[in-house]
Amino acid sequence: MASLVLLDVGQPTQVEATIDESGVWIDAAGVKAALGWELKPEGLCRDATCIPVAGRPGLMNDGQMNLEGLAELLRRPFAHSPEEGVAYIGPAMELFDHTVKTLEAPDFTLPDLGGRFHSLSEHRGSKVLLAVWASW
Amino acid sequence: MVITVAVDRADDARSWIERANPIHPSLIDEHHRLGELYNMVNVPTVVWIDETGRITRPNDVAFTTEKGGRYANVSTDEQMALLRSWVRGQLPPPSDDEIRQRMAPLSDESRVARAHFGLGWWLHQAGRQDAAQHQFQIGGELAPDDFMIRRGAMPLRGSDPFGPEFVEMVTDWLALGHTYYLPLPVE
Repeated sequence: MASLVLLDVGQPTQVEATIDESGVWIDAAGVKAALGWELKPEGLCRDATCIPVAGRPGLMNDGQMNLEGLAELLRRPFAHSPEEGVAYIGPAMELFDHTVKTLEAPDFTLPDLGGRFHSLSEHRGSKVLLAVWASW
Repeated sequence: MVITVAVDRADDARSWIERANPIHPSLIDEHHRLGELYNMVNVPTVVWIDETGRITRPNDVAFTTEKGGRYANVSTDEQMALLRSWVRGQLPPPSDDEIRQRMAPLSDESRVARAHFGLGWWLHQAGRQDAAQHQFQIGGELAPDDFMIRRGAMPLRGSDPFGPEFVEMVTDWLALGHTYYLPLPVE
């Protein structure tokens, strides 16, 4: 077993993993700790949602889940650096699908230079011009 | 209400913000969260959001100076007039379908590219620069149209984002028949 930093949209959790030529494998406790999904008899569950995992080739092996397969199951993008012991799972596709469907501006919370956090949702009731720029 | 977000390290954006001394929220997005949330691929990008929190004009290119506007082949005067009309409630609201048609589709390659950028950013912060650069490289190759990755990673790699690497990147991109900025029509 090796130590892996699993980044859930940038949020790191240290988990135990098996890393071999077939990919990265983590156990159910690691999946729950890092991603909040719990392996139950009916499938992979979070809140009221359960996704069946039985019969999915290459997803489960000896009580562990293949991380890339798990990301695919959750419709989330996956990137991995085996040498560095780090993996990143990005936001679910449903997030952007939801935005296109509802046209709701995704909320975010970000700091200003003074470290004070601001959320888009604080400005509900006003028209907002969101202007994104960079020094580069 | 104006909210500005710098897709930058705080120290890279600091002098610009302090010089502008804004009265509106002026935020820092080191991790490129807005790229992931709004499918943004370049800066400057503006989004109009109405009082109910709905997007009424999705990702658009807008500069505050005519010089900047010329880069994107847009008239900043026309864009500003359109913005004022919207703020004053003088624009007929577009239909939902019209808004959706203006939203760029999100490809699997772009999403995976952003995952590689996120991984690279973590490695960069951890001081593992060679490994970080490798991830930025993969991200840029997967999504060559994503300049928030390709150009945005330049300062993280110690490369001048206005220097020869940037000029070569844009020159090559334009030579392939692409456009560096993709503004929405002003109408």
